[in-house]
Amino acid sequence: MATEGKEDGGLVFHPLDQFIVKPLFGDGPVAWYTPTNVTLWMGIGLLCIILLFVVGSRGRAIVPTRVQSIGELIYGFIYKMVEDVTGKDGVKYFPYIMTLFVFILFANYLALLPMSYSPTSMIAVTAVLGFGVFIAVTILGFVKNGAAFLGLFWMSDAPAILRPIIAVIEVISYFVRPVSHSIRLAGNIMAGHAVIKVFAGFAALTLVSPVAILGITAIYGLEVLVAGIQAYVFTILTCVYLKDALHPSH
Amino acid sequence: MATETIDATVGACVDAGGYALGMPQLCADWIPNQVFWLILCLIAIYFVMSRIALPRIGAVLAERSGTITNDLAAAEELKQKAVEAEDAYNKALADARAEAGRIVAEAKAEIQTQLDAEMAKADKKIMEKTAESEKAIAEIRASAKESVKTVAKDAAKEIVAAMGGKADAKSITSAVTARMKG
Repeated sequence: MATEGKEDGGLVFHPLDQFIVKPLFGDGPVAWYTPTNVTLWMGIGLLCIILLFVVGSRGRAIVPTRVQSIGELIYGFIYKMVEDVTGKDGVKYFPYIMTLFVFILFANYLALLPMSYSPTSMIAVTAVLGFGVFIAVTILGFVKNGAAFLGLFWMSDAPAILRPIIAVIEVISYFVRPVSHSIRLAGNIMAGHAVIKVFAGFAALTLVSPVAILGITAIYGLEVLVAGIQAYVFTILTCVYLKDALHPSH
Repeated sequence: MATETIDATVGACVDAGGYALGMPQLCADWIPNQVFWLILCLIAIYFVMSRIALPRIGAVLAERSGTITNDLAAAEELKQKAVEAEDAYNKALADARAEAGRIVAEAKAEIQTQLDAEMAKADKKIMEKTAESEKAIAEIRASAKESVKTVAKDAAKEIVAAMGGKADAKSITSAVTARMKG
């Protein structure tokens, strides 16, 4: 994890080395099935999710324990979001949205531990999430509404001349959705972690190290916010897209 | 993964020193690995969530809201009962007050009648005593008059005798009687 060091008399930063995928066992090549640090940190995330939601709620207490009340808080938060944004008929997709939210939330927060790995900073990961939502929502839209789903692109209350132009813009924006959806998450997480690494590199210089350490602290605080907000943003956008699929008419 | 990809991994994404070449995010050799583990992880989370966690938490929340509703209803009922009890208490208090007033009035009336009777008895006694006393006084007065008359007659007879006259008992008596009447 050495990202800084003196080479040729100057500081050399490797802020992106923290994102290198490494096999957990041995030094071999990374095949699609190789357990890697990505696997490890996703597994730790899964373990934390099980601890929080399954072990924490095993008492099924009417008066909840602390862990159980955190689980209930997250449950209530996402449930209300799904209900508010997509309406009553969107509630049956609540487990999917909850899965996305807790995965991103735990991946983001676990990534803030020193020496950890951040799966959500990888575009491959967020692209699977983003395109997964996009494809699922598009299929769902056509299954639920048939051809009427295309009404999403046809603004019936716009002037007749503008409608084709608006339709083109709507189609483009519709297809940009998964790209922005996934790059927003990966970009935020990756940028924050890279900036912390750069500050950490400067901390090796005696002269600026206090400033660098202050910088790390400040950026870390910001990243704590970003981790939660990005999970929230990803989830609420998923809800919005789901609402478009269920009720395409504007 | 074909062998040439494995060989290329070292060269494509990481340099000889173990540092990243370019962005590790964009290294195509690592993408299948991430996608595979991600999908596995998501499926695992989905099953944990939809099979165990969410039904359980949902049931707990529903049970809690049910309990709260029941408790609120019970509290409302108990409040109603408390209000009723307070009403009954107030009524009992008012009844007791009225009863107490009635008893006091009765006692007063009884005392009054007894008092009146005693008063009447005492008045009668006083009247009797007064009459008796008056009679005694009258007797005393009468006897005193007689005594005075006797003394006066004797005195007058003596005075007349002393003056050398001969006292006529009849005239002296009439004179004394006349005087004493005046």
